[in-house]
Amino acid sequence: MSKGVWIAGGGVICGIGENLHACLDAFEKMQPGMATMQHLHSVHAQTFPVVEVKAGNAALAERAGMPAHWSRTALLSMIAAKEAIQSAGIGELKQYRTGLVSANTVGGMDKTEHFMEAFLTDQSKGRLKEVVHHECGSITELVADALAIRHHVSTISTACSSGANALMYGARMIRSGMLDVVIAGGTDALTRFTLNGFNTLMILDQQKCRPFDDTRTGLNLGEGAGYVVLVSDAVAEKVKPWCKLSGFANANDAYHQTASSPEGIGNYKAMQGALQMAALEPADIDYINLHGTGTQNNDSSEGLAIERLFAPAFPPVSSTKSFTGHTLGASGGIEAVFAALAVKEGIIYPNAQFTTQMKELPFKPATTFSRGNTLTHVMSNSFGFGGNCSSLVFSK
Amino acid sequence: MKAYIQGTGCVSAQDSSIFPETIREYEGNRLPVADPDYKQWIDIKQIRRMGRVIKMGVAASHISLQDAGLKMPDAIIMGTAYGCLADTGVFLNKLVTQQEDMLTPTAFIQSTHNTVGGQIALLLGCHAYNNTFVHGAFSLENALQDSLLFMQEDPSRKVLAGAVEEITDYSHAILSRFGLYKNGVAAGEGAAFFVLSAEKNANSQAELTAVEMLYKPASKEETGSHIEKFLNRNGLQPSDIDLLITGRNGGDDSYYEAIEADLFATQPVAKFKHLFGEFPTAAAFALWMATGILKKQEAPKAIMVKGEAPAKIKRILIWNHHNTTHHSLILVSAC
Amino acid sequence: MADLKAQIIQQLNLQEVKPEDIGNDQPLFKEGLGLDSIDALELIVLLQQHHGIRIANPEDGPNIFYSVRTMAEYITAEKSKTA
Repeated sequence: MSKGVWIAGGGVICGIGENLHACLDAFEKMQPGMATMQHLHSVHAQTFPVVEVKAGNAALAERAGMPAHWSRTALLSMIAAKEAIQSAGIGELKQYRTGLVSANTVGGMDKTEHFMEAFLTDQSKGRLKEVVHHECGSITELVADALAIRHHVSTISTACSSGANALMYGARMIRSGMLDVVIAGGTDALTRFTLNGFNTLMILDQQKCRPFDDTRTGLNLGEGAGYVVLVSDAVAEKVKPWCKLSGFANANDAYHQTASSPEGIGNYKAMQGALQMAALEPADIDYINLHGTGTQNNDSSEGLAIERLFAPAFPPVSSTKSFTGHTLGASGGIEAVFAALAVKEGIIYPNAQFTTQMKELPFKPATTFSRGNTLTHVMSNSFGFGGNCSSLVFSK
Repeated sequence: MKAYIQGTGCVSAQDSSIFPETIREYEGNRLPVADPDYKQWIDIKQIRRMGRVIKMGVAASHISLQDAGLKMPDAIIMGTAYGCLADTGVFLNKLVTQQEDMLTPTAFIQSTHNTVGGQIALLLGCHAYNNTFVHGAFSLENALQDSLLFMQEDPSRKVLAGAVEEITDYSHAILSRFGLYKNGVAAGEGAAFFVLSAEKNANSQAELTAVEMLYKPASKEETGSHIEKFLNRNGLQPSDIDLLITGRNGGDDSYYEAIEADLFATQPVAKFKHLFGEFPTAAAFALWMATGILKKQEAPKAIMVKGEAPAKIKRILIWNHHNTTHHSLILVSAC
Repeated sequence: MADLKAQIIQQLNLQEVKPEDIGNDQPLFKEGLGLDSIDALELIVLLQQHHGIRIANPEDGPNIFYSVRTMAEYITAEKSKTA
């Protein structure tokens, strides 16, 4: 059993940086990663800016130490997981009961959608090699096997809240004494499937997205992977952890399959639940990393839920998706790393492309990067399809 | 960490009853679910948009809630390896054949893996914890484990836990190309749900004593040793198991044969995949079946491989593996 | 408009609804047929697929899709523009 769950380290790869340090650099220099797609091929290439990881599969494979024909989802996952483990400084993983809980929404779809082109003309066609890792769980196992993690391996898929839910499951296993260390987070690669899927919902912005801005018209898709290394009290004593995962909660909006309820019921309950577990009041939160996708619906619901919960005093808030785009299954993991680091280094991330405060909200996001703030408690929100709402609280 | 099974619900190739007359035997390598009339549980206005796997999940979850006499669970936790294949297939088909033009939103939103869990919550108006595991043959087991952990935090919680899987023409064609359905191994599909409670009461049908997963054991020896240690951790010896239910599927059953002979030589052994089919979340049906067996204190002849179940069935061990790499152990006890 | 009703029923998979069941002026959303935002998106695809009309702004949806009649009038208007 472990009373506490600590963050010993974290790793990120996304469209603004191939590692955590590069991402921080981009935030500091106000360089969001939206661009015309270079690596994914789509008829919509010129219409929708995306935030791709700025590397082809061959280069990623080399960094990951994996075959170049493997799914991009796995390559990204491996790179971020390796960085997280290295940064944790806990020594060899095999000395602990270690688990890998990874989230993703697309699995090996980047390869599958190519396979289907041949398969649909003739069901005996198409190379099986391209679908052998189609399943979400298979991607996780490619990474688990490469990292020699065998004690516990699992995969969660709850749309955009997936990565956050991975941290929750990992934390529960550590608390109950089942595991000592859990690499938890998520990964997703850009695919035609998701790009076109989001396009049918008409929530993609043809410009750089403007989260929490009154003039916002949609999101930009991104890709990447982000993992934290969760450890028990006993392991935390050996290292200087970044912070504690002090609270978390998942609630369901139960309103509509994809849209959020106008008042953000699920959002509110998730944030409230996380505070409750951490035994904190809303006023104790020093910064919120918003889900902030830039869609009319999400930002409004999330904003109103925050207003209801935090009024009259609002902490600084910002959406890092204004830089990274919406990385779907990876977002909960990537943003957990950003939030945990925020506690450690006192960082408030900027919300890019912001000009106009939302009419319905009495607060607006932070627009500049700052370090050295005293941030004792930081909250990170991730809200997904199926009404799946998650909120994490990190504390000193 | 244990819990009590308060209710069960299942949509499978076997209908909702397998005792003792109504067992259906199949030919061929695809065991389809006999779809019930889903309108019994789902309003016509919502049914139109639901793919088959969602309907199966909603139906099975409602049956289990009814069986348990529970209106609103405190969590909905489920597993599925393949997710919503039909809608994924539809969207991919249009994506390719229509060159990314005029695609339909319904197929896309239905294809996300947590759609079943989300729809169950939506129909119940359930704001509680909601999670979906998508890890092949460990999807159900992780859902059960997450349920146990969630109840450990607060023993007053009641959890709706389950698993779904479906076969589509595309998926069957592709999986067949991988050689999965040879030598009498048949593909299966369906949904099974359980209402779990940390507190025992008069409605408790069985005790979910323990769940464990074993990933990529190096050998039969390691597997056998792990199974024995699992039982020891629960204060048991292999000889204490009144019925061993295995995931024998007629393909490569060598692990089952070896370890049965080694550890369970004198115990009765049963199988279940000839009734439900082979698929990643098949163990959910073994659990459903085991609950029924413990409640009724009888085991259908059609499942027995060796020996006969004793008059008093106290402890059942479900041991299922996928390809020898993913082993799941579920210990269920009478209560 | 009868054809349009049949197309709507097919696109939205409105089982057990026949074209005769949909009134020309009956509100399609909220009350009436009880359609929602996803159905609106499906109707946008319907207009594209069957009538070659692209709606750039989903915000125009509620007006265009108010009833079968408003849809039919919109289609006629758009087609006469390109004629």
